[in-house]
Amino acid sequence: MSTKLIDLQNITKSFDGNLVLDDMNLYIRENEFLTLLGPSGCGKTTTLRIMGGFETPDKGRVIFDGQDITSLAPNKRQLNTVFQKYALFTHMSVAENIAFGLRIRKKSEDYIRDKIKYALKLVNLEGFEDRTPDSLSGGQQQRIAIARAIVNEPKVLLLDEPLGALDLKLRQDMQYELIRLKNELGITFIYVTHDQEEALTMSDTIVVMNQGYIQQIGSPEDIYNEPQNAFVADFIGDSNIVNGTMIQDKLVEIFGVRFACVDTGFGNNNPVDVVIRPEDVELRLLPDIDSGDQEKYDEAVRKITRVNPGYFEGTVSHIIFKGMHYEIEVQSHGFEWLVLSTRMFPVGSRVLMSVDPFNIQIMNKPASEAEMAVTMDEHL
Amino acid sequence: MKKVLSRIYLAFIFILLYAPIAVLIIFSFNNSRTRAKWGGWTFHWYISMFQDGAIMSALYNTLIIALLSALISTLLGLLASFSLIAMKHKKRTVIMSLLDIPMLNAEIVTGISLMLIFIAVGQFLSKWGYTIEFGFGTVLIGHITFNLPYTVLLILPKLRQLNVSTYEAALDLGASRFLAFRKVILPDIMSGVLAGFMLAFTMSLDDFVITHFTKGPGFDTLSTKIYTEVRKGIKPEMYALSTLLFVSILVLLLIFGRGRGKKTTAVSQV
Amino acid sequence: MNKTLRKLLLGGPYMVWIAAFIIIPLFTVVYYGLTDKTGAFTVSNITAMGTPERLKALILSLILSLIATAICLIMSYPLALILTKMKTGATGFIVTIFIIPMWMNSLLRILAWQTLLERNGVINQILGALHLPKQYMINTPYAIALGMIYDFLPFMLLPIYNSLERIDPNVVNAAYDLGANRFQTFWKVIFPLSLPGVISGITMVFVPALTTFVISDFLGGSKVLLIGNVIEQQFTQVGNWNVGSGLSLVLMVFILISMAVMQHYDKDIGERTTIL
Repeated sequence: MSTKLIDLQNITKSFDGNLVLDDMNLYIRENEFLTLLGPSGCGKTTTLRIMGGFETPDKGRVIFDGQDITSLAPNKRQLNTVFQKYALFTHMSVAENIAFGLRIRKKSEDYIRDKIKYALKLVNLEGFEDRTPDSLSGGQQQRIAIARAIVNEPKVLLLDEPLGALDLKLRQDMQYELIRLKNELGITFIYVTHDQEEALTMSDTIVVMNQGYIQQIGSPEDIYNEPQNAFVADFIGDSNIVNGTMIQDKLVEIFGVRFACVDTGFGNNNPVDVVIRPEDVELRLLPDIDSGDQEKYDEAVRKITRVNPGYFEGTVSHIIFKGMHYEIEVQSHGFEWLVLSTRMFPVGSRVLMSVDPFNIQIMNKPASEAEMAVTMDEHL
Repeated sequence: MKKVLSRIYLAFIFILLYAPIAVLIIFSFNNSRTRAKWGGWTFHWYISMFQDGAIMSALYNTLIIALLSALISTLLGLLASFSLIAMKHKKRTVIMSLLDIPMLNAEIVTGISLMLIFIAVGQFLSKWGYTIEFGFGTVLIGHITFNLPYTVLLILPKLRQLNVSTYEAALDLGASRFLAFRKVILPDIMSGVLAGFMLAFTMSLDDFVITHFTKGPGFDTLSTKIYTEVRKGIKPEMYALSTLLFVSILVLLLIFGRGRGKKTTAVSQV
Repeated sequence: MNKTLRKLLLGGPYMVWIAAFIIIPLFTVVYYGLTDKTGAFTVSNITAMGTPERLKALILSLILSLIATAICLIMSYPLALILTKMKTGATGFIVTIFIIPMWMNSLLRILAWQTLLERNGVINQILGALHLPKQYMINTPYAIALGMIYDFLPFMLLPIYNSLERIDPNVVNAAYDLGANRFQTFWKVIFPLSLPGVISGITMVFVPALTTFVISDFLGGSKVLLIGNVIEQQFTQVGNWNVGSGLSLVLMVFILISMAVMQHYDKDIGERTTIL
């Protein structure tokens, strides 16, 4: 296991009396691609700016490679930042932009020329030396911003929503580029985004943040499959989140119906949040009620209860074809369930729905935001 | 330490800027005809100011010229902007640089050139017994001329930002061209039009040089009145009037909030 | 409505205005400047600048306007920096405070300095009350330079402030991030990016200062003449429009030179002034 490269200890920061980060603890390992993920105002950018040296925490320490750098000026830190909207120097050419940090460090012109060449090659913009930033597209400017940062051979690259201003297709291409870059450079990337798909695609570790607290730290798979609270479940991917009561271990009641599940340790008759991913809901068409075919009805119930003893009846209220699957809304017990299915169910049709016990996620209801926060111990 | 230094610097410039104005205001309350002596406080000059026919007529001329020149130059600037936006880039560049001459040239040269053309045309017309009288009309033309580039400068960018499809959408929804213009285009560029009008109005209020060269004897605005009075001894009533004007502009600025400065804003915002 | 007719109605009025009141008047100045009273071609109105008295006025104008421009720049830049660094919210109000004097009639503002600087003026009265010797300040080139600085300071401040304010804070952060210290960040990033504002500030102070005749009238008495006074007197007192126009043409050469120099240093201003 590699060592802690950056260690944030008890970081607290507020702006004009608004608490943005509250006693945050987080460490980042060498060579990790770590993403700070959360909605705007969750404190992710502030965390990044504290690491970059553009903000000083009110309380707490920033340890870099064993040294306390809490109050070290940004120009003395061994990290480089790729800023939102690129922040290129518009009065300089591409080459001058890339050479900026090297000239400050008084590197030889030969060295600088080689470095520029190398960096432009790395970001697939060979021959762009004499262009001005204004003449480049958003994606190209982004690459130059990255090139400008990496020629200084930082140990850590901080990226603040670097793809936010690009369109969807370009964003997806750049995600692969970034992964490739990280592997080629072999340095630590700390990435800030509000886009959960970006986070899931690129990261080794995701830190989900909300309102100044860390909600969950884990691999993309952990975060997606086992969200620790309703916020994470809701923020990562689409989810059906409903109120439930934990009757006993492995049995939960939702809208008066009892479902088998696999979770234990939530006590008896306790209120909980239940999370069910849309792709995990099983649907089965019910025969037309007016035809009154009891046999067919029983047949359908028998099949659905193989999945889980608990099931709902519902009505399809909306269906959209999405290529790989259909996105379906089912009204049941006054709740609008989102379901992904490869089969078509016409609007108005009656359906039975159930979920494999393994796919029912049970979570404690949070008493407060602070209680939702988890500590670094869970950073495996 | 740095903060203290910058505070001191701000205060220094603030005093430098306001001390002379404060002195003027204090003089407007000085109960003495000469400013060399302090004769105690009085409101006398504020009253006699309104009874002084020459000052009142200069004030009237100033306001009416400012209002008319601002109105006409805004209207012309609006027409010009619509016509410029439809032009090819090269032609537009040429015409805009011609239009900008009064803004970039020295005021004294603009003033002289207008004075000369009025004289030349006057001499030409005198063959048929017509004359050109220097006064209200010539001053108005001068003010419209130096205001025009500023109104275009403020209206044209708004027109550029305009989304053409909203106008087309209005036509598509059955509006007439006129109605589409009034309901769709005008509201979008209104801020630019108003800013252009306000800038033209205040520039006209403040102008001295152009007025000096295009006015005839017997016609005065406040600026030219101050100029002639300074040479033969300024009346205390003028201090009172300027105090009133300054305070009213201050109040207007505070009401309309972020009033920035005159032509620098126009030029540097481009 | 006919399309060409509509074009004509839109474009007609201001085109006529430009021709009648901007272009033709300028040619009139050129015509008067290059002819004598009989209408015959001559360059004597241009060479009329060569008299010692006029040359002296021209040189003094150049020196004073350069000094005033330089001091305005030196005073405004730190002020603009301080204003941009202030917290937003208060900034708008504070900037307005520094701009408000611009809204007062410029003649009155110069007049105010006259009352401060004159022989029995406010400053000398204060000095007298403190039993200090009276200073001779009015009717000197220093008084004129002071008047120029005071009158045109906001014209320098605002463009610089606007250009500084437009700099993305992250661009400055990027310079720090890449290892530059405060000094390097200022000279390599902040100052070059504010250059368009500095350039327009310089032109907006230099040209009016070079051509003023009011400031020298009020603060220089009849003792110190600037080139603006020389030209103005040709028109209003001497009544020799030919010589006046000839001298104006010489003055315009200096204005054009200053603009060309500025354009050379900053391509942006060319775009700014021609396109918009």
